[in-house]
Amino acid sequence: MILGLYNYWVVVVLMMIGFYIVIAQGNLIKKIVGLNIFQTSVFILYISMAKVEGGTAPILAEGISQFSNPLPHVLILTAIVVGIATTALGLALAVRIKEAYGSIEEDEIQDRDNKESSTMKGKKC
Amino acid sequence: MLAHLPVLQVIVPLMAAPACLILGRSSLAWLFSLIVSATACLISITLLQQVMTSGTIIYALGGWNAPWGIEYRIDELNAYLLLIISAISTVILLASHTSIKKEIPKDRHTLFYVLYLLSLAGMLGIVATGDAFNVFVFLEISSLSAYSLISMGKDRRSIWASYQYLIMGTIGATFILIGIGLMYQMTGTLNMEDLAKRLPEVAQTRTVFAAFVFFIVGVCLKLALFPLHLWLPNAYAYAPSIITAFFAATSTKVAVYLLIRFTFSIFGLSFSFTTLPLQTIFLTLGLLGIFAASIAAIYQKNVKHLFAYSSVAQIGYMIVGYSISTTTGLMATLLHLFNHALMKGALFLALGAVMYRIGSTQLRDFQGLGRQMPITVAAIVAGGLSLIGVPLTVGFISKWYLVLAAIESGWWPVAVLILLGSLLAIVYVWRIVEMAYFKEPLMNREPVKEAPLAFLVPVWMLVSANIYFGVDTRLSVQVAQAASQSLFGVSP
Amino acid sequence: MVMLSGIYGLLSASFFVAMDAVDVAFTEASVGAGISTLLMLTTITLVGRYEHAARHKPTLALAVVFVTGALLIYGTLDMPYFGSAEAPINLHVAPHYLNDSMQEIGMPNVVTSVLASYRGFDTFGETAVIFTAGVGVLALLSIVRRPEEEAEIDAINDSMHQQHLILRIVIKILIPFIFLFALYVQFHGDYGPGGGFQAGVIFAAAIILYAMLFGLSTARRVINQSLIQVLAAVGVLVYGSVGLVSMLNGGNFLDYSVLASDPVAGQHVGILVIELGVGITVASVMVIIFFSFAGRRENRRVSGNDVEHDGNRPTNSSENKDAR
Repeated sequence: MILGLYNYWVVVVLMMIGFYIVIAQGNLIKKIVGLNIFQTSVFILYISMAKVEGGTAPILAEGISQFSNPLPHVLILTAIVVGIATTALGLALAVRIKEAYGSIEEDEIQDRDNKESSTMKGKKC
Repeated sequence: MLAHLPVLQVIVPLMAAPACLILGRSSLAWLFSLIVSATACLISITLLQQVMTSGTIIYALGGWNAPWGIEYRIDELNAYLLLIISAISTVILLASHTSIKKEIPKDRHTLFYVLYLLSLAGMLGIVATGDAFNVFVFLEISSLSAYSLISMGKDRRSIWASYQYLIMGTIGATFILIGIGLMYQMTGTLNMEDLAKRLPEVAQTRTVFAAFVFFIVGVCLKLALFPLHLWLPNAYAYAPSIITAFFAATSTKVAVYLLIRFTFSIFGLSFSFTTLPLQTIFLTLGLLGIFAASIAAIYQKNVKHLFAYSSVAQIGYMIVGYSISTTTGLMATLLHLFNHALMKGALFLALGAVMYRIGSTQLRDFQGLGRQMPITVAAIVAGGLSLIGVPLTVGFISKWYLVLAAIESGWWPVAVLILLGSLLAIVYVWRIVEMAYFKEPLMNREPVKEAPLAFLVPVWMLVSANIYFGVDTRLSVQVAQAASQSLFGVSP
Repeated sequence: MVMLSGIYGLLSASFFVAMDAVDVAFTEASVGAGISTLLMLTTITLVGRYEHAARHKPTLALAVVFVTGALLIYGTLDMPYFGSAEAPINLHVAPHYLNDSMQEIGMPNVVTSVLASYRGFDTFGETAVIFTAGVGVLALLSIVRRPEEEAEIDAINDSMHQQHLILRIVIKILIPFIFLFALYVQFHGDYGPGGGFQAGVIFAAAIILYAMLFGLSTARRVINQSLIQVLAAVGVLVYGSVGLVSMLNGGNFLDYSVLASDPVAGQHVGILVIELGVGITVASVMVIIFFSFAGRRENRRVSGNDVEHDGNRPTNSSENKDAR
């Protein structure tokens, strides 16, 4: 059984690495990298599902009868595009945050926001 | 043309968005978006009528029947939600031209409308489809446009809020993708109807269990169910006023729809509530959400933040209704979907008017506003009354059914807690009333005029709807009941 | 770290090839390894390479990750074995695609048939997603350039690029071939791996290469900003129009069989046109995104650091005025 499933377990480990980076890292860009790794591992999961032992790429040709499953491929093509769209937006946001806050570290940004609201508290008449 | 309505509902705004980009000028973009949204609204009304008279509508996209192709499947539940989304969108757009003048730089106005239409199309697409992966694609359309729209707020914190929403939202969407993938792996299909037929055979496997959990958690992130609500208050508070009004009224509703659709129609009632103690989990989290968020709302200094937390509390109510898994309970949730959209739409739009006139929504700036902007503040008070659940407002109707459902199931403590939650709402609404009516206006501020008609008309449209549907409940109750019954009837 | 993520992208692309997912590998290689890395590098030039050491212990994060991972592994225990031909997914919907698509659509590349026809609506949505990202990045990063700055930027660029003479000459020869390759991929997608997305990305890559070596303003003169935006929109509209024409001809949205007298020919026509739409939008959006990022960077270099140029980001200045 282990031999049959180890493929998936490797994918799970990759996913968790990505997931961990997203939630534990403070640097905004690293978070986005983590998100990317997380998403790409999900793609690998789908694609491993699609593989058929002894099959080839799902392009019909003479003499080949066994193919790998094309449907997950289609889904993942879409998902890759969605992933790059999210990454692009995330990076654009990171650039703007750097300009507005002067930093791309999560805790520094929170500090600056908190300081601002407390100075305003102090200024209340 | 009539046969194509289901697909037109989504592709009209979807194709209008790139067309809007080509159009260019900002007032033209606004007018165009308004017409598109109104068309979508008309289509949804027709669809609802069709469904109520002749039953579920099925539309095979590309001419391929499911499960080879993607199909749209409109039943009472979808049609109901399509109406809510498109109607609110149209009313809010009425005020957008004026509102964004002061909140967004001129060169971005056209882009704003393009993104708005994309967001509208995305949400309509999630609701109308009958294919699980299609849900994911349109979920991403609506989410990506949402992240961009939220970041367009005046304050720099809107960018940070948008980034946090992006991270949390993408994690949620990826979890949903994992869930769909695992479901696909065990059944071989992506079509919702087909999944419903095939899942029972494999329902006892661990993979389907994992699929279920991942899907639920992903949807709850998008729902802003306590404690996964962290992105919501900042995102709503710092986004441009029109966007807050639009999203507060629609985006979490769509997530609630997904929850209901997948647990009832796809996984099936018996599976959903027996595999995991879902009832208990949701009941607890819902109640916790109501109280934690309402209490947080009381201490907010910014009115937008206050109502954002109030929204988290309202979602808690919806989840409580859902967890009382009876026809009445689900009906209460569906009613509250509708009512909350009306309430929060009106409230945030009125706040947008305040923002327009005085440039701030801090509570202390509301001092004496009741005398300077009487019509706007009256609208806020009306919305507040609806939140509390005063009779004659729409909020009363949903609370009524919620309490009824709790009592029917014999859950007396829950009914009491729901009523307690209303008391908390009284506290935070009173804070605003006190500031606006019982304090003197700030001396150092120039005299503030009433909000322009562009705001007053849509705000009072929503407020009157609040009161109208609170008095004449036939329409909303009928639809909610039909939807609820059909969901309970269909699930295996 | 960015290079590592680029390598990760390439590795997953090779993995995809090993899994017989050639179209996906192609897309992942161009998008994941190519564009992604490019964007991250550009972002890093804008935000700086240094980071602080983590200050708090990541126990909560580790706990969450552990629970999630455990749940996933638990879920895999009942999965069909890797490579099994008896798995549910290979018994239900997929065989129909493999067996009947030749009659119904007439294309060897089954992935293209499914992507463009059977599940064409998903692909339409995906094109809209790319379009949304393009518009979003525009809304976040685009800068209206003032003419005085143009001259300054040109001067800086020219001095930089003198150093790369050899590269410039080589690239000038290569670019037409890259375009040709992109066109090949676009139109050959029915018979081999390829199609609209991959072609669009390759096309955009050629333009970006040109911009990197010859300067952004030169590239901008060749490719007008507003034209690109219109093109991005046009791609989506072309796709949708095919669907509308289907409806006018009596079929459902995106039903290609009614586009020509013979259903199979109709399928070919439909797929050709929508892939073109996809290619146009993808290429334009990639260029828009790159130009937005690069444009922001150039602007910064000219006018000093951390100065807001679009003038809409004071922090609560109105509220500061009220506080006394």
